[in-house]
Amino acid sequence: MQQTSTNGSPCKLALADGIVVKGYAIGHPGETGGELCFNTSMTGYQEIMTDPSYHGQIMMMTYPHIGNYGAMDIDMEAVAPMVAGFVVRQFAAEYSNLQADESLDHFMKRHELVGVSGVDTRRLVRHIRTQGVMNAVISSVDLDDDRLIEKARNWPSMDGLELASRVTMDAAEDWHAGDGPRIAVFDYGVKRNILRSFEAQGCAVRLFPASASLEQVFAWEPDGLFFSNGPGDPRAMPQAIETVREAFRTDIPLFGICLGHQLMALASGCKVYKMFVGHRGANQPVQNLGTGHVEVTTQNHGFAVQEESIGAKVAEVTHRNLNDQTVEGLRFRDRAAFSVQYHPEASPGPHDSQYLFDRFFKEVEAYRRASARNKKKVTA
Amino acid sequence: MPKREDIHRILLIGSGPIVIGQACEFDYSGTQAARALRKEGYEVVLINSNPATIMTDRLTADKIYLKDLTPASIREIVDIEKPDAVLPTMGGQTALNLAGALQDEGFWEAQGVEVIGVDIDAIQITEDRQAFRDLMERIGIDQARSRVAKSLLEAKEIAQEIGELPVVIRPSYTLGGSGGGIVWTHEEFDRKVTRGLEMSPVHEVLIEECLFGWKEYELELLRDANDNVIIVCPIENVDPMGVHTGDSVTVAPAQTLTDKQYQGMRDAAIRAMRSIGTFAGGCNIQFAFDPSGSRMIVIEINPRVSRSSALASKATGYPIAKVAARLAAGYTLDELPNEITGDTSACFEPAIDYVVTKIPRFNFDKFEGVDEELTTQMKAVGEVMAIGRTFAESLQKAWQSLEIGYNGLGGDREDAPPAEVRERLARPLWDRTLQIRNAFKLGASVEEIADVSKVDPWFLYQIRDIVRLEGEIGERTLQEMDAEFMKRAKQYGFSDVQIAYLLNEDATEAQVRARRKALGVIPSYQVVDTCAGEFPAETPYFYSSYEEGNESEASDRKKVIILGSGPNRIGQGIEFDYSCVHGVNAVRDSGYEAIMINCNPETVSTDFDIADKLYFEPVYWERVLDIVEHERPEGVIVQLGGQTALKIAEKIHEHGIRIFGTSYEMMDLAESRGKFSHLLRELEIPFPPYGMAVTVQEAVATAERIGYPILIRPSYVLGGQGMRIAINKEEVQHYTKKIWTLFPENHVLLDLFLENAIEMDVDVVRDGEETWIAGVMQHIEPAGVHSGDSTAVLPPFSLPEEILQTVRTYARDIADRLDIIGLMNVQFAVKDGIVYCIEANPRASRTVPFVAKATGIPVSDIATKVMLGQKLADFRKAGRLASSLEGFAIKEPVFSWDKFPEVPKELGPEMKSTGEAIAFVDALTDEHFQRPYEMRNLYLSR
Repeated sequence: MQQTSTNGSPCKLALADGIVVKGYAIGHPGETGGELCFNTSMTGYQEIMTDPSYHGQIMMMTYPHIGNYGAMDIDMEAVAPMVAGFVVRQFAAEYSNLQADESLDHFMKRHELVGVSGVDTRRLVRHIRTQGVMNAVISSVDLDDDRLIEKARNWPSMDGLELASRVTMDAAEDWHAGDGPRIAVFDYGVKRNILRSFEAQGCAVRLFPASASLEQVFAWEPDGLFFSNGPGDPRAMPQAIETVREAFRTDIPLFGICLGHQLMALASGCKVYKMFVGHRGANQPVQNLGTGHVEVTTQNHGFAVQEESIGAKVAEVTHRNLNDQTVEGLRFRDRAAFSVQYHPEASPGPHDSQYLFDRFFKEVEAYRRASARNKKKVTA
Repeated sequence: MPKREDIHRILLIGSGPIVIGQACEFDYSGTQAARALRKEGYEVVLINSNPATIMTDRLTADKIYLKDLTPASIREIVDIEKPDAVLPTMGGQTALNLAGALQDEGFWEAQGVEVIGVDIDAIQITEDRQAFRDLMERIGIDQARSRVAKSLLEAKEIAQEIGELPVVIRPSYTLGGSGGGIVWTHEEFDRKVTRGLEMSPVHEVLIEECLFGWKEYELELLRDANDNVIIVCPIENVDPMGVHTGDSVTVAPAQTLTDKQYQGMRDAAIRAMRSIGTFAGGCNIQFAFDPSGSRMIVIEINPRVSRSSALASKATGYPIAKVAARLAAGYTLDELPNEITGDTSACFEPAIDYVVTKIPRFNFDKFEGVDEELTTQMKAVGEVMAIGRTFAESLQKAWQSLEIGYNGLGGDREDAPPAEVRERLARPLWDRTLQIRNAFKLGASVEEIADVSKVDPWFLYQIRDIVRLEGEIGERTLQEMDAEFMKRAKQYGFSDVQIAYLLNEDATEAQVRARRKALGVIPSYQVVDTCAGEFPAETPYFYSSYEEGNESEASDRKKVIILGSGPNRIGQGIEFDYSCVHGVNAVRDSGYEAIMINCNPETVSTDFDIADKLYFEPVYWERVLDIVEHERPEGVIVQLGGQTALKIAEKIHEHGIRIFGTSYEMMDLAESRGKFSHLLRELEIPFPPYGMAVTVQEAVATAERIGYPILIRPSYVLGGQGMRIAINKEEVQHYTKKIWTLFPENHVLLDLFLENAIEMDVDVVRDGEETWIAGVMQHIEPAGVHSGDSTAVLPPFSLPEEILQTVRTYARDIADRLDIIGLMNVQFAVKDGIVYCIEANPRASRTVPFVAKATGIPVSDIATKVMLGQKLADFRKAGRLASSLEGFAIKEPVFSWDKFPEVPKELGPEMKSTGEAIAFVDALTDEHFQRPYEMRNLYLSR
């Protein structure tokens, strides 16, 4: 019998609360576990798969057909897939795209990523929506329901889990050298498209490990600091929070996205909480409270800043989610510093929020001009 | 910004009679807009000449003008009503052109009427090919190489510049791309350019680089006064460029674009929409990608709600027309809720977790000599949409919805011969997806099929998987179908009929169903929720699939299922949707939960807020029975959905499911010619001599016995499909053979044709005790012209009272004898003072909405309530059966001849009109009467 898209070797997905569903193995045969979350983007599966913010999570795509256009290098958001596992309804064994390098199956096998297809994803999405996110295990090597449920239960919870150190780099590294304004990126698991966005503006970009001290970073004489997206619970990152707090005491422009936004909020005394169900998709409406404009945004977060905890003297809310009114953006008082919970770099998703990179670039340039003047003064 | 308080009364312009390229999707948009605006407290004044629309119902608007869509009518209405604003984006190109013409003469400004929903000055750009090109170039969006020609000579020069043939010809400012097309030869080029120059009101044609084989996409956009823009849905055409999008099989969402490609298209679409002036409303933009995906070009912009908006609305659940109307009234997107979820924002882009497939429905069989090849000029008369969890499932469901005898994508009959498959696959024809399936069945590879058809390989892989599964079913007996395999087959959309046919043994649909249910493989129902399950949705809008989770809880209320009328086609169009919507309202009024089943995305009945529950499903026996078994209704209403619903009445009856209204036996009696003639004889009602035949020889013998001219037709069809008048033996042979090719195993009926008789249509409602004559119409054209193609006048204009008395008596006698409960339509012919009964249809007819609009009586509403047990006497007592008609109402047929230039314009017993208009006249001296009266014999053919 030839293989079609809904048959293959048996594979199971077990949830910590006892639900077990049968499907077919895709990608690498084996076993994996993690927090089961879902993403509603209808395109961009490879970008999602390789987004370091998803480190340790099992990603379930709500769109049923996945793999349609294969996999290709330009869709990589990191060097390798970052999700712990992949769950789809109807996996495309074959693809159609003259620009692709390989099939998604081949890509997953090459990177030893375990996945399952043939699952009623909608039912599981509705389950998570009502029960909250939970851990799960995918396995094509152990098909015993009870054992799998047990494994899912014993999988470490995301709550209180620090993960950035697992996806950051060991030592500082140039993404893009040049004469432009220098942006120092605290890499908690940064998406490549953020770096590409800085690069497109002519910035020199250097990545620093999550554990880098402010001193190490300032030795490079940056014109702006960027706190990246990344996986895990920001509350479990005291050292990073302390570094951000120190950065606030300087006058260098600061910009944070997602985890970086949460760290900036925590450093400013705000509180962050774990959401019942996170926002993961490319269609989240965010209103810019300054202009009234609405941006359709890409989101990927399971934690959020608690609005009541934001001190009026510390920061103001600049962006808000129109679906659930959660905080999506902050501008910090008395200095050039802002952050957003969503992903203006898109990839995947709409390009409505690219102006934020322009805004940061302006602040960085202004700082650069000012410090050049200061240096002149000093030398004079 | 909240809604505007400076405007109070809004004029809404409809789209007029249904023609190819502009159909009942504009009843959907007009109705949604009118309802949304009224809900906001605005007064809605509406003009539309199409009586078969819900938008022209009293329930929909405050003031309705059933008038010709001309500048003169609009001037008159504005003079009386003095609206503050006009919304011209809901009535297709007709409304937009009208508003544009009045703008050009400075009318709106002079009257102080503001044009809302569109920047009327800026939109000229979208119709003026050259201006559009210049604009797109300015904003940096690539497009096909082309130039506008004003003469044949100029056209030839441009063609030379572009390169080799083929090139595309597009006349400016024509509806649905009339007169356009790809030309492959020089002779064709000369002919089409000349014709295009003639047809274009500005006598211009665009000569364009041919994008044959490129991939085609459509985006539906909404923009508010604060310049927020969202894309409701990307739609991908399965048919590559070269086939009008209205004639293409399309899917939502787009399947074969990477996120980077899609976002590039989204950016371009937003830039393009912002470039066509400042306005708040909807817009549709089409793009093409070269097969390598490296070049993307814009094709066209429609700055209004379109056919695809209707499709995108039904595909996602996002009510585009309703939101567009509210945006035009001043709201911004962030102020509006997503009505599907209730508490999230309307300012977002729907995420869907299923696949939607649209297949157009054609009526080539109506037009002898028609060129069936699909081009850039639209030819489809309707469409179906199907929702499935996968493309395979939705494609098979779409084929089940088409009502052309298929139970899915083939796999239910003997395979077509290889030569035919090869020949058809290479051409852009309506059945391309089926021919792809056939080609796989014959062993063709994905590469070969892609090369010939230019269809993206991704779609081919999916169809190939269907064919592989066909093979796997074929290896099994019914007993060998286990639960897992059965479920897999159902998830691929296979119907029980297909499975029965494909199995390795003789099996029936009923046996497969029984086995399937025994295995516990039954459909689940999912909600169309705009958000892929991210948020809870309260909206009762469902589709079936074979998943584990079921979201449609059957309530414990008493329920009634109303079967819809499926895809529009000639003979069964918007009139039936009109009756269905009224039926739904009446069912709800009567205290039942109303459940609608339909698969036509252009309709009002498939709006999620019409019925209590909507199943967007094929009106196909298996799917209907599944829903009946799931919901356990009190019964089913089959009278309103035309022949579609009536066709499955027999099975409904056999399964012991209650049919509200006239019983199945009696409906069958009326439909069966032999039994019906006995009934007429018994009632002493004259009818033309007739006979029945199952072979050509038998038909000839019968004709010779009855005499000529003789009317030949298949039984159980609608709109006179296949019906012809023969004047000799040879013609009888010719026509009957043709009928049996179209309708194998059908009986052929032969009636003596009553030459020069006067035809009449009578619509009645009976409640079991009395019969109420809702309307008697006299046709202007002589018998022989199909009633749907005739100009009908209500009340009759030239018949003596005693004849009318006879007609009424006969109608009552027939209704009594058939024990009609609900609606019946009877057709009579009067010749030499004798009234002949031609046929009786025990259901809502095409003329019901016309009668309702002419008399001001909600006929379908009353009929439905009667079916549910109310009595006519009560309606009469309440004064609800009294006609408000003064003078005459005339129903004028409207044709789409311009779409089929190769077909001669002639009328006969086979219906050819696509739409209708109504005119109210005080006296018969009126032009609306005089014109058709003078021409009444002109086009009668056979």
